Amino acid sequence: MGRHVLRRLLQMIPVFVGATLLIFLMVNVMGDPVAGLCGERACDPATAAQLRREFGLDQPVWRQYLTYMAKVFTGDFGTAFNGQPVTELMATAFPVTVRLTVVAVLFEVVVGVTLGVVTGLRRGRPVDTAVLLATLVVISVPTFVTGLLLQLLLGIKWQWIRPSVRAGGFDELIVPGLVLASVSLAYVTRLTRTSLAENRRSDYVRTAVAKGLPRRRVVTRHLLRNSLIPVVTFIGTDIGALMGGAIVTERIFNIHGVGYQLYQGILRQNSQTVVGFVTVLVLVFLVANLLVDLLYAVLDPRIRHA
Amino acid sequence: MRRSTHARRAACAAAALALAATGCAGAGAGGNGGAVLSSSWADPQNPLEPANTNEVQGGKVLDMIFRGLKRYDPKTGKARDFLARSIETRDSRTFTVRLKDGWIFSNGEKVTARSFVDAWNYGANLRNNQKNAYFFGYIDGYDEVHPDNGRQRADTLSGLKVVDDHTFTVRLNQKFSGFPDTLGYAAFAPLPRAFFTDHAAWVRKPVGNGPYTIESYTKGAQMYLKKWDRYPGPDKARNDGVTLLVYTDSNTAYTDLLAGNLDLADDIPAAQLKNVESDLGERYLNTPAGILQTLAFPYYDKAWSRPGAEKVRTGLSMAINRRQITDTIFRGTRTPATDWTSPVLGAAGGYKEGLCGRACDYDPGRARELIEEGGGIPGGRLTVTYNADSGSHRQWVDAVCNSINNALGDDRACVGNPVGTFADFRNQLGGHRMTGPFRAGWQMDYPLIQNFLQPLYYTGASSNDGAWSDEEFDRLVDRANAETDPARSVALFQRAEEVVRDHMAAIPLWYQNGNAGYSERLSHVALNPFSVPVYNEIRVG
Repeated sequence: MGRHVLRRLLQMIPVFVGATLLIFLMVNVMGDPVAGLCGERACDPATAAQLRREFGLDQPVWRQYLTYMAKVFTGDFGTAFNGQPVTELMATAFPVTVRLTVVAVLFEVVVGVTLGVVTGLRRGRPVDTAVLLATLVVISVPTFVTGLLLQLLLGIKWQWIRPSVRAGGFDELIVPGLVLASVSLAYVTRLTRTSLAENRRSDYVRTAVAKGLPRRRVVTRHLLRNSLIPVVTFIGTDIGALMGGAIVTERIFNIHGVGYQLYQGILRQNSQTVVGFVTVLVLVFLVANLLVDLLYAVLDPRIRHA
Repeated sequence: MRRSTHARRAACAAAALALAATGCAGAGAGGNGGAVLSSSWADPQNPLEPANTNEVQGGKVLDMIFRGLKRYDPKTGKARDFLARSIETRDSRTFTVRLKDGWIFSNGEKVTARSFVDAWNYGANLRNNQKNAYFFGYIDGYDEVHPDNGRQRADTLSGLKVVDDHTFTVRLNQKFSGFPDTLGYAAFAPLPRAFFTDHAAWVRKPVGNGPYTIESYTKGAQMYLKKWDRYPGPDKARNDGVTLLVYTDSNTAYTDLLAGNLDLADDIPAAQLKNVESDLGERYLNTPAGILQTLAFPYYDKAWSRPGAEKVRTGLSMAINRRQITDTIFRGTRTPATDWTSPVLGAAGGYKEGLCGRACDYDPGRARELIEEGGGIPGGRLTVTYNADSGSHRQWVDAVCNSINNALGDDRACVGNPVGTFADFRNQLGGHRMTGPFRAGWQMDYPLIQNFLQPLYYTGASSNDGAWSDEEFDRLVDRANAETDPARSVALFQRAEEVVRDHMAAIPLWYQNGNAGYSERLSHVALNPFSVPVYNEIRVG
């Protein structure tokens, strides 16, 4: 177990270096960011040159990358164009996005798995058909439509919620979290349903039923636990996607999180912001995947990590 | 925020239902009572130093916390003495500035001649990376302090001299009679000593001499500006304060305005323009601003600088149905342009309706003739380049192309060429990589006809992205700048503008308005000619 974790942690290093290098190169391809700083006019050449020097943009890309990585290991992610250290941006952006992700994952787990169990156990019944249809609708409607619609209905028409997020507390993030989770929630429902329906016919379930175990115990202990493996895999990878992919939701609901910072960073070609945030997201993704792997062993006793 | 309690209580109820937890406390807008209004904002691109702020969001704040030698009348845009008692000159080159008594910064420090001279020296100094440094380019010694290349040879501008506490002199490196009228621009604001002695602290919480003081500032989220009770100026704030809230998207700000959670949204998204009048009625503002949109041309490309090409450009101008585009796409928030300035200048300031003449009238038949006479569109096809990341440029470029295609009877005569980001767009312009016309927008820095012509069409000027050059134009501008009589100076600038017209150096498209919407709590809301709300006049309740 310990060795497995160690090996996985070591594997992260090349992935991390490769991913950051790719991002660094991609951001550089976008061109010289200084040109966008002076409004509808050319920056005067002296100031532009000095800004480039200050942000290290006059160096060759490989050296920029090395300097950047060296600094990252000392905890310095550089400075955004508005003079704010990127770490400061992260300190304000990540907590909000983490809260949003927690809300979204809670929705996925609680609502998604429950619906999956209900439909998986009642295949072909009206409940099953209704939920399947509903998930189909949710999957096919783009997030920004769901988001704007809920914002309009709940925020303006019925005045149940504030249409925009101010402080970013859990109470304000319920509707945005639901919007963010909606598509994944539908997938979780479908995954759970299929997996459950399949395992219901397996030998160990039949044995458990034959032993005379109460139905409740058969479902939760035997059936659900084994059926959750694909669902956990999905949710694990989804955490990374939710954190980085909240751009649309964050813009609609005025959440000053990771997605918003990334969007603004790309728009202003602020390489320091973009690379820094994506680097942290890569780490989150890797750790989430590791946790998922470890969870397998908990869920299925047959899986052992050497 | 009294009005929003209903909504908040409901939100709390919903929260309690869903999570069966969460204490619903706090999270108000800045935590301030009284006649405080909330206003939409976006994160300023640069630190909030006066000589480093070149966009409207940072400008909003500077307009509240600073007052300069001159101030542009929020209604007429005319420059009027503010901190200046007088600005005198005999030769349009050496100016003596006298300050009024009694002005202080909000930290108690007196505003003296030195407050200005130090601030301007800081702004011009290359070492400080100030993006508006070129504003000081007219002052003697600028090339020593801010050389285009090579080593900086001085730290202070030799043209600035403090005479006594309330007097200083400015010597320019060329005659420029309009110079005093440029001094209302934020870059010329005075700065307190604290700016230089503890710069980091100042940038975290700027201190100025305007009607508001910054009470709290959370970067990227919000700023609370409180009315400064001891403000010595005549334009005291009529409200208790302003909370600027950063919005990720102007659509969200608009939604918040409709829901009663925001008092003032000063950027109505294009998609909402068709609903705005039914949504807000009288509480929607649509007032002219000093912004002109044009199509500029790449004169570094031989195809566009050859003789006869001006006929093609004039033809293209006549092929654009401006009225139709401003009515259908912009819903009256733009007006068809008939000269190269802006109506906010007023007739005395140099705006001349119809100066463009027939060249700006929609006349597809004549357009076709002219383009043919001029040898046709270079390369057979027109590519209009623009940045697609802001300002709904795609819609109007497509419409302009459509209009040209219809006029020429050729479906493929004109296509749009979107560039992903503004920075990349600026890069391509700077690298002289255009082969056809490109979007050129101009928001005035100060309300002078000079500002609409010289930076855009003078040889080698900073916003002359198409590298247009004309000796006669340059000569007329030089003469206009040297002319001490304002009326004669304006007349000379208009003659220079006629040169621009005769060559159709850039196709004027439309004058842009500023728009805003506000809640029922507010009254006396107006936008100034820079499309910034006049915050100190707004009354709450």
